[in-house]
Amino acid sequence: MSGKTLEIRHLNTSFFTQKGEVGAAKDICLEVRPGQIVGIVGESGCGKSVTARSVMGLVKYPGRVVSGEILLNGTRITGISKKEACSLRGSEVSMIFQEPMTSLNPVIKVGRQVEEVLLIHKKITKKEAKKEAAKILEAVGISDVASRMECYPHQLSGGLRQRVMIAMAMICSPSLLIADEPTTALDVTVEAQILRLMKKLCEAGTSILLISHNLGVIAQVCDYVYVMYAGRIVEQGETFTLFDHPAHPYTRGLLGAAKSLRSDAGLLKTIPGVVPNLLHLPAGCSFSPRCDSCMDLCRSEMPDMLPAGEKGHLTRCWRS
Amino acid sequence: MSEILIEGRNLTKEFTAGRKKKVHAVTDVSLQILQGETLGLVGESGCGKSTLGRLLIRLLKPDSGRLLVHGEDVTDLSDKEFGKYRRQLQLIFQDPYASLDPRLCVRDLIAEPLKTWHVCRTKEELTQRVLEKMEEVGVPGEYLYRYPHQFSGGQRQRIGIARALAAQPELIVCDEPVSALDVPVQNQILNLLNQLQESKGLTYLFISHDLSVVRHISDRVCVMFLGTICEIGKTQEVFQNPMHPYTRFLMNAILPPDPHRRNDQAELLSGEIPSAVNPPSGCRFHTRCPYADERCRREMPALQDAGDGHQAACHHTMN
Ligand SMILES: Nc1ncnc2c1ncn2[C@@H]1O[C@H](COP(=O)(O)OP(=O)(O)O)[C@@H](O)[C@H]1O
Ligand SMILES: Nc1ncnc2c1ncn2[C@@H]1O[C@H](COP(=O)(O)OP(=O)(O)O)[C@@H](O)[C@H]1O
Ligand code: SF4
Ligand SMILES: [Mg+2]
Ligand SMILES: [Mg+2]
Repeated sequence: MSGKTLEIRHLNTSFFTQKGEVGAAKDICLEVRPGQIVGIVGESGCGKSVTARSVMGLVKYPGRVVSGEILLNGTRITGISKKEACSLRGSEVSMIFQEPMTSLNPVIKVGRQVEEVLLIHKKITKKEAKKEAAKILEAVGISDVASRMECYPHQLSGGLRQRVMIAMAMICSPSLLIADEPTTALDVTVEAQILRLMKKLCEAGTSILLISHNLGVIAQVCDYVYVMYAGRIVEQGETFTLFDHPAHPYTRGLLGAAKSLRSDAGLLKTIPGVVPNLLHLPAGCSFSPRCDSCMDLCRSEMPDMLPAGEKGHLTRCWRS
Repeated sequence: MSEILIEGRNLTKEFTAGRKKKVHAVTDVSLQILQGETLGLVGESGCGKSTLGRLLIRLLKPDSGRLLVHGEDVTDLSDKEFGKYRRQLQLIFQDPYASLDPRLCVRDLIAEPLKTWHVCRTKEELTQRVLEKMEEVGVPGEYLYRYPHQFSGGQRQRIGIARALAAQPELIVCDEPVSALDVPVQNQILNLLNQLQESKGLTYLFISHDLSVVRHISDRVCVMFLGTICEIGKTQEVFQNPMHPYTRFLMNAILPPDPHRRNDQAELLSGEIPSAVNPPSGCRFHTRCPYADERCRREMPALQDAGDGHQAACHHTMN
């Protein structure tokens, strides 16, 4: 298949609070192509989840998508009726979250929960649904499926619950899976297992938008990466290019901090200052007060995304 | 050889969970913390790190086993008799927010332990001491009258550290102090802890599930699995030459921030962590261990020394 699985054009999503409009996602342009795992990385509060939730139509009051277009496999899902958008999303895209417990019903056995999703989306009998559910749960690496299906969510470990969520998300064979910090709440050995499972799903034909604050997770599985800071994309590029030649001072700061932890340096690298409050952003480049390469121009004008060498490598920095 | 500050001997702690069910949180663990060192404690969630940390500073009493502080057996002391050690053994948590009273401003939060442990004659003297502590942990003095919710996660952790320092402790148990922080902020806190250790000669028990963090901060590392110690030794030794299969699997799961070093080929641990209510017989790792045999299923392995204090509890110790 050619074309783009997901395309986001100039998305703006804001929260309208008593203190004013909080621009949580600003001018986001992003694509996921078939067969790709695309990452969004950045510190907490930079707008990763809000971007994902905008695609799913899950932005909560007092927030809403203010402007921009979102296309799934070439079809616009913004500016059409809610019902139409919902049914388009239902068959094309699924999302999983950091804490699977919040999206599972605590008083229904997990087997039944999977069967119900099947019954809603496919014309099959209850008996067939049960068989199918077992097959899907096995496919996401759950052993001893028969007894696991009889468990309530709290009786399963975090890793198993996340596998159940992935199974449910994959039932309609979506072309896109959005995974928002899917391994952040899991133990390290389980995290590595789940990441391998995502790679397998991708090889089997599902594109993935993977959100994580962890550069280790991103480096492991992503083909292409977007870096966000204070509501905006500040750098994007192929994974190898971005990690080998980070162009934005913020990306360099994040990567330097993560790498110094693994070196034998006595003093660890940090980024001076703190993440700004979205209600009181500095003029010009949002990163300027913390940037070691800041010039006068940076303090007065916000840079656009500019080419940074390799094809497809862009950065929002006047110095590039 | 440094002096032993804290020694736990055969510590066991079980919790009751529901009717007749027992959680085997810590089972027969013996451990020494040396004066001035940072001992890292790693393992996956639920393996008993926090419970062991609390046992070692007597915030929890063991079901069996002994606790020694500076060589004195304090297991059976009354709380009053233990009082002289209480001040010296402090604790900081992952989420300082949960432990900071939201109704108190920074001055009162830090003044509280100062009042408990020290005599400050006047209010001015107390405020002066609070300001000193704030400076030590890098919180600007002008924030004296701010409340916890007005601070970022990193700054709240600094306030938590200031409160622990106010007692002038010898040992601080740091229970996942950076796990909720973004990496740049995490690094600031780790730098601060290192610097405070140097200037004050502090001893740390540093609990974390993140191997890279533990590797950076620790002089020695102790790896736990399901209430028992699998391996302990000097950090360099354990990371370069892991002897227990579980330690190896933990290392295989490390995700370096470098796409050239993907761990696609590394052998990963399969299966799930067994229940602490019904821990496996013999070696607690045997249900997931590729080397397990009959003896592993029957007999719990004891820690064995391979030289220089590097110990592992495995019947088939690697190399
Ligand atoms: N309910 C809300 N009310 C006001 N602002 C919000 C709300 N939810 C999110 N935000 C704002 O959106 C920003 C981005 O949030 P989010 O997308 O969750 O960040 P991330 O997922 O990158 O950690 C936050 O910094 C916050 O300022
Ligand atoms: N107060 C308690 N009551 C019952 N069970 C507990 C209590 N504290 C801890 N546990 C159980 O003891 C085991 C070890 O817990 P903990 O020491 O918190 O592990 P860790 O810090 O390594 O995640 C877990 O199974 C946990 O559920
Ligand atoms: S003792 Fe046996 S079961 Fe335990 S880790 Fe060693 S080989 Fe594996
Ligand atoms: Mg988020
Ligand atoms: Mg704990």
